[in-house]
Amino acid sequence: MNDLTLLLPEFLLAALAIAVLSADLGFPNRMKLMLPIMAVIGLIALFGFSLIFLWGTTDSLYGGSLVVDGYSVFFKAFAILLGIVVVLSSMEYVKRHLEHPGEYYGILLFTVLAMMLMAASGELLTAYISLELLSFGLYVLVSFDRYNPKSNEAGVKYILLGAFSSALLLYGISQIYGQLGTTRFKEISEAIMSLPDQNLGLQVGLVFLIAGLGFKVAAVPFHMWAPDVYEGAPVPVTAYLSVGSKAAAFVLVIRIFIEALLPAIEDWQIIMAVGAALTMMLGNIVAVVQTNIKRLLAYSSIGHVGYLLLGVAALASVDGNGDISVELSRLAISGILFHIVAYAIANMAAFLCIGTVYNISGKDGIEDFTGLAKRSPGMAMVMTAALFSLAGLPIFAGFTSKFYLFNVAAVQGLLWLAGIAIFTSLISLYYYLMVIRRMYIESTEDELPIQLSRLTSSLLAVLFLGIVLLGIYPAPLMDVIYYASDAVLSSESVVGLISN
Amino acid sequence: METGSGFLDSNLLVGIVVIPLAAAASFLVVPVQQRQTIRVIAIVAATVTMALSFYVFGLYSHEEGGFQFQRSWNWLELPGTWLLGDRGITLSLGIDGISALMVLLTGIVMFAGVIVSWNIGPRNKDFFILYFLLIAGVFGVFVSLDLFFFFFFYELAVLPMYLLIGIWGSSSDFRIFVRTKEYSAMKLMLYLVAGSVLIWIALVAIFAKADLGTFNYVAIMNGTSFSPEFQRFVFPLLMVGFGVLAGMWPFHTWSPDGHVAAPTAVSMVHAGVLMKLGAYGILRIGIGLFPSGAEDWIPVLIGLGTVNVIYGAISAMGQRDLKYVVGYSSVSHMGYVLMGIATLNHLGVTGAVLQMFSHGIMTALFFAVVGAIYDRTHTREVAVLEGMAKRMGTIAAFFVIAGLTSIGLPGLSGFVAELLVFLGLFQVYPVLGVLGIIGAAITAVYILRLIAKVFFGTLDERWAAKSDFSKPEIFSSSVLVVFLLLMGLLPFPFISTIDASVLTLIGAVTGSG
Repeated sequence: MNDLTLLLPEFLLAALAIAVLSADLGFPNRMKLMLPIMAVIGLIALFGFSLIFLWGTTDSLYGGSLVVDGYSVFFKAFAILLGIVVVLSSMEYVKRHLEHPGEYYGILLFTVLAMMLMAASGELLTAYISLELLSFGLYVLVSFDRYNPKSNEAGVKYILLGAFSSALLLYGISQIYGQLGTTRFKEISEAIMSLPDQNLGLQVGLVFLIAGLGFKVAAVPFHMWAPDVYEGAPVPVTAYLSVGSKAAAFVLVIRIFIEALLPAIEDWQIIMAVGAALTMMLGNIVAVVQTNIKRLLAYSSIGHVGYLLLGVAALASVDGNGDISVELSRLAISGILFHIVAYAIANMAAFLCIGTVYNISGKDGIEDFTGLAKRSPGMAMVMTAALFSLAGLPIFAGFTSKFYLFNVAAVQGLLWLAGIAIFTSLISLYYYLMVIRRMYIESTEDELPIQLSRLTSSLLAVLFLGIVLLGIYPAPLMDVIYYASDAVLSSESVVGLISN
Repeated sequence: METGSGFLDSNLLVGIVVIPLAAAASFLVVPVQQRQTIRVIAIVAATVTMALSFYVFGLYSHEEGGFQFQRSWNWLELPGTWLLGDRGITLSLGIDGISALMVLLTGIVMFAGVIVSWNIGPRNKDFFILYFLLIAGVFGVFVSLDLFFFFFFYELAVLPMYLLIGIWGSSSDFRIFVRTKEYSAMKLMLYLVAGSVLIWIALVAIFAKADLGTFNYVAIMNGTSFSPEFQRFVFPLLMVGFGVLAGMWPFHTWSPDGHVAAPTAVSMVHAGVLMKLGAYGILRIGIGLFPSGAEDWIPVLIGLGTVNVIYGAISAMGQRDLKYVVGYSSVSHMGYVLMGIATLNHLGVTGAVLQMFSHGIMTALFFAVVGAIYDRTHTREVAVLEGMAKRMGTIAAFFVIAGLTSIGLPGLSGFVAELLVFLGLFQVYPVLGVLGIIGAAITAVYILRLIAKVFFGTLDERWAAKSDFSKPEIFSSSVLVVFLLLMGLLPFPFISTIDASVLTLIGAVTGSG
């Protein structure tokens, strides 16, 4: 029987989103400041509720279409926390630059819901629909600054390419369904194992599936939309886009490729590895010549997608006889999740600084950060920590997560790929340093101190602490991540694969 | 009391890393206007750390040898089917004789660096935060017995350099071209991180190949013997990766530029201690884990070391900027360290380790003196400085001592170290030994010429009103000089401390052959 109470967090979140939307209708204008506070309080309550209610539960609904396990709970918690940070860092920006706050926060909450559903999907169409819910929300949010032509342009680009990629994804799904007769992850895995030999139709489906997901995460060669969209979108939305949509897509990718497509690893591993290499190199090299900070971080995030793809390529290993080994898969999944968390915190911190500078100056060029260390030493320090973390220097989270992830690639026999990753990290250090140079070394005429609101400065402090703590003591987080990755690896399809 | 000192002894190495880190963190909460408070915290932290480094060095028992003061904490599990289970990354600390000497060196130089930076400005708060992060990184490398943490601290020591040079450094104007501090800082940063790229690749390869599931150095050293092919592949990664930081030719060019652009204290620590991290890495990880790989690559290492000595000395001779002379002389002297390591025999490696210590102290003294001259005259051009000894007698005296050490005058530490390196060299490559001695001769030429030109002769009236060393500066420089003399006159305590550890390292090499 379907235990619908397992979906209670999702129902409550949908209710919260609708409540925020309708409160926008009913509230007088002066009360509209209450909307984000309402959303945050709701999300915090939901965070606690989901953890208490779902922790330790393993169950599925609708014959396996939706899965509740440690993995999905981990990511649901991540999505809610991310939602809280995004709402908080949007408040200042929305107040100054955007109209209709109710719609903004309402849609934002719906996208959080979509991320939660993506992590819980146990079937391709459910995954697709959740992904579309996320994408549609993001299309609206990207073009939310509607009198700004750049925001409009970004919205149009994003929706066109997003629709195109959805078509690819659907085509891939239909191919897989056509060949195997099922869309459930577990059954796909069984069907692939019972295939007599290589199946061209399945491989075509696989390629389209990877292309479709590649578009969503902006992996090379499907990355073209990212810099333009990042540049045009409102700053908090860019932050959300760069973290939320990527994290959700990768969480889905891990589940699909472990639970459904692991038996076909020989077909996709090399695509992932080559894609990772290209993505890391292109993202990090092109970032060097950027002059707009949002475009710079767009390319840097493409580089990070490359690192995560490296983790996907290292999900399992195949020996000469075609035997698949999942001995170290736990390490690989944990590496990807760890890097996602580290990347998320650092990127949110960096974008919060960018948003604050934008709120004051209305500009987002790299040169607008000149002299920031004098104008706001605290913010400059957080920005520096975030950039160093993205570059992978200790004592920050990025160092530990990169070391972990690249080490996984090496133990899975992809030392060459780890080598490329490490080398592109060096390139990334150069362009991050150029921003730091602006902030600390060059001076500006405008030396007016920047006053940070109490909300912004405390959010910055929390994110800074997060960056440093994860860098020097990641063990508590890793315990949770190990628990989450165990859930994926103990799914029936993987267990079935090992026992064969 | 018994338990008290027991607690202290067992946590010595933690303390030596944590105190600088704690100092860095505590500056965060001090308001930027309270420059005096910041100075006091800095000097207290530096004094305590230096005292601890003396204590560690004194307490290290050379009769026992091996790694002492070991402590280990689990830091991160790495689940998987490994030979040693899920040990993963441990925070393992411990020192052998070589690291004990390096800890002592770091303690002395960092203390002198804090005194030299007494009047650093602007924003001495930010300066000391970065400076103590740097120091924590350096200590961390010397006391880590886990490859992950070794690398963690190694990178931590590189990280603050960009800002330290970029903000508090100085640019050089050569009339036909300008070497800006931003350029030098970026160059240094990219070179060093490029070096650590190779080290990083080597470390993950080691972990994957050893298949033990741990990054613990001792466990890997005892638990695996890597195949000769693998050793041949990894050793050059480590040799070049660490070689970049050790100033190995042709990857040395960051070093003169970076050291010249850096503020005095940072030049002292960087040339004095950080370059030793490179040599230490080659010894500890390169030779320690890959003895047969080391043997295969020895001809290359010794060749590059020789080029370092000769090329560095000739370049130093051609410099017009006082600080560049010192910078290139560092390149030249690090060549002796590389040559000594590459002999792989008892005398040579002992000489190399002593040279690491001796050069560290000597070059710190050099930079302190040159920095003091620059502070007073705002120029470092050899052509315009003349007769400085008339007004700056103490400064001149210290410079002469550093210079004589660098030439290798008996009675000073440089003589002992270089003599051992040469003796080691003559056992294996007599021709290169001769080249090394020629390098020392060239050193004598440029150092003596420099002393004659800058300090003696008629005093230019522009410098007539300039002041000599202040008392704190005399004190910190004297500390350095004491150790130059100690090692020169009484080398045995130093040699006996490192002896057992050197023999262990070389034993692995001859054992594998």
